[in-house]
Amino acid sequence: MELLNQVTQFVISGLATGSIYALIGLSFAIIFNSTGIINFAQGEFVMLGGVLTIFSLNVLHLPLIAAILVAVAVTTVIGLVFERLAIRPLKNATPLMLIIITIGASILIRGLVMLLWGKDTQALPAFSGTDPISVAGATLLPQHLWIFGVTVLVIIGCRLFFNHTISGKAMRACSFNRRAANLVGISVGRMVLFSFVISAAVGALAGVIIAPLTMTAYDVGVMLGLKGFCAAIMGGMGSGLGTVLGGLILGTLESLGAGLISSGYKDAIAFFILLLILFIRPQGLFKKGETERV
Amino acid sequence: MKSDRIKFLVFALVVLLIPLPLSGGYLTNVLIFVGINSVLALGLNLLLGYAGQISLGQAAFFGLGAYGSGVLTTAYGLNPWLAMVVVAVCVALFAFAIGFPVLRLKGHYLAMATLGVGVIVNIAFNETVELTGGPSGLSGIPNLSIGSLTFDSDLKNYYLVWVFALGMILLSLNLVNSRFGRGLRAIHDSEVAARVMGVNARLMKVQVFTLSAFMSAIMGSLYCHVMTFISPNSFGFHFSVEILTMIVIGGLGSVYGSILGALLLTLLPEMLRTFQDYDIIVYGLLLITMTIYLPGGLVEGIPALLRRLVPAKKVTEGSDA
Amino acid sequence: MLSLNGIGKRFGGLTALEGISFNVGKGAITGIIGPNGAGKTTLFNVATGIYPPSCGAVLLEGKDISKLPPEGRARLGLVRTFQNIELFGKMTVLENVMVGLHTQSSSGLFACSFRMPWQMSEEKRIRARAMELLDFVGIPELAEVQAGTLSFGKGRLLEIARAMALEPKLLLMDEPAAGLNSSETADLADLIKKIRDLGVTVALVEHDMDLVMDICDQLVVLNLGTMLAEGTPRQIQDNPAVITAYLGEE
Repeated sequence: MELLNQVTQFVISGLATGSIYALIGLSFAIIFNSTGIINFAQGEFVMLGGVLTIFSLNVLHLPLIAAILVAVAVTTVIGLVFERLAIRPLKNATPLMLIIITIGASILIRGLVMLLWGKDTQALPAFSGTDPISVAGATLLPQHLWIFGVTVLVIIGCRLFFNHTISGKAMRACSFNRRAANLVGISVGRMVLFSFVISAAVGALAGVIIAPLTMTAYDVGVMLGLKGFCAAIMGGMGSGLGTVLGGLILGTLESLGAGLISSGYKDAIAFFILLLILFIRPQGLFKKGETERV
Repeated sequence: MKSDRIKFLVFALVVLLIPLPLSGGYLTNVLIFVGINSVLALGLNLLLGYAGQISLGQAAFFGLGAYGSGVLTTAYGLNPWLAMVVVAVCVALFAFAIGFPVLRLKGHYLAMATLGVGVIVNIAFNETVELTGGPSGLSGIPNLSIGSLTFDSDLKNYYLVWVFALGMILLSLNLVNSRFGRGLRAIHDSEVAARVMGVNARLMKVQVFTLSAFMSAIMGSLYCHVMTFISPNSFGFHFSVEILTMIVIGGLGSVYGSILGALLLTLLPEMLRTFQDYDIIVYGLLLITMTIYLPGGLVEGIPALLRRLVPAKKVTEGSDA
Repeated sequence: MLSLNGIGKRFGGLTALEGISFNVGKGAITGIIGPNGAGKTTLFNVATGIYPPSCGAVLLEGKDISKLPPEGRARLGLVRTFQNIELFGKMTVLENVMVGLHTQSSSGLFACSFRMPWQMSEEKRIRARAMELLDFVGIPELAEVQAGTLSFGKGRLLEIARAMALEPKLLLMDEPAAGLNSSETADLADLIKKIRDLGVTVALVEHDMDLVMDICDQLVVLNLGTMLAEGTPRQIQDNPAVITAYLGEE
């Protein structure tokens, strides 16, 4: 019984962090699908979300909601500037160049945050207190509910955007065939910019809602980014349910592994899963393989 | 061919003579690390600049070399030279084994997979406390020695490291201008065409990956004996990115570019002491601006700049006459 | 020489090839023609191992090579050129041909990095052979030029020299005349005949009907992924099904 309660507890916290990975995975997929780029700076957007919220709250003394809005808005602007300055100037970029550039952007953002706010780990107060709620012998924090709620809302929002708005449909068209999209009058360049903007916003939001649970600092972006990428890979780089499932599975496995085996190897578990997926099913857990046309 | 030989001899001579006027001072110490970093950069450049395959986990092989030698010589009292050979061979075998699944991946996926390997290895350094000392590091590693000659001063270590480095640079120069090197460059330009030409791309990619791991492991062993203390922080993702930055600055696909990049990136933080941790801001800016404006690195950029200046001079000479 | 037995190829739900069976006769020049989208290039990709076939078998001199990767087929003497010439652009013209000599040499990682004596003499030998091949296609003066800077016509010649370096038994050429002007095409026709006279079997996919009718001994016509006809150029010209397919399209 003791063990069962423990497991339930691990699953709950695993699902919560898994939701975050799912959101980050979605933000990877949004850029990948319209540009073919894996943005190595994605984790920094997440970090910025948390750090900027704390800054707005503690230094600017804004109310929580306003602080979150400011953080997401500023991160979005950074995403926009990043695309303008570092991605757009490249013509005929090879994947290698894009990898190097996004890595460059990633450490640049991290360095600047360290310069401005130092290396200290900071905490964001939970949105609605820390009184635990008891569920089936395990405890659920109010922040967990916030995480689940926001994740569901963002996923529904993305679905509506991509399936029911002109811009969303245009972005999907770009992901299928950029040249054809261009021929029917879609500005591919603008869609690429859009994808960076939306992706930065989603990433920042993920960073905001996780900050009360795990604390945040200038260097949390690397790990969060990589785990989000892992979720996206598990879901086959789609922006749908696959990625969400991938994130939830990853979060749960990681939490169970850390709790039952060893907490020191928590991050190693995630990377081990990442490598396994890349080696065995690089097309994702839920997709069938297809011959790539050359 | 001949001119390549002369170029290398001049380079080797400069390397061997430089420490004499410095008389073992602080700069000699820095130049030891230039030697180590040069080989690390060169190893990655063979993989990335020549064969076109990225690795974001090079620091892991360097670290495995350092920890392998460190643990074997302190905890098991193995002869350091023997340990170096054993460790390098083991690291090469490890790289060879993971090379086949890893290098089947391309582009972004390859980058993520190598990054993953690097992170896992680094976590292992931190967590296997009874073996590695964990985050607080491993100390008391002996200096290397040959007979009664112990490599315990900066000057001696300089020559130790650079003799290894020069050897590896020479072998790499041979390699890139041979059948093997042509095969690598062909894979970089068009893997499909290379395979249709009978180039065994899959095997060659793994071989060059293994070679770069082997070179990094040897440098790791030397590093641990020079430093006598190591900790996991020196072998993390940050350092893998630093190696990458070196070759992007120096020049992808250039042996001497790797060395130039290693020289600049090792000297730069030393000269700007106030920078400390903020060097990553500079690295980030360099990675972005170099890739956009000078993708060939400095080895291509400097001659291009000179060429632009020299004809201008000729024109003025012509007008004089 | 090369036999295709019931080759089919599907991409997802799209059937690109179905039930293709024919033989490429030894020592002859075989042309594969057909309207756009007939599946000619896909057929080449299946024959050379770039795509696995969905069904059917590829036989080279009676031996089943369906499971071999491209580099394995190249070693057996099955070599191809590409429609949009695939040169190694950052390497010199001579180096491109030397990569073609990869299967004719054997020095590995160790021999190359330590400059073993046998590696040095091998290097000398393949350098000389590469120059011979550049002579053969008529561009020896371009040896040290970077391949990426060549004109399309010269690039085509280099690609042929590089393919010939593998000492092919069978040379597959994907639209060799595409992008060439009429005098270049005439030179190409002579070169292909010269290659056949060396004893190399040639198969080519081509749109230029004058070239095909001039040099081919045997023709295969594809349409919409299936075989429409097979025969000598004369037979094909008189075949009503072929005429309909072409006229129907144009």
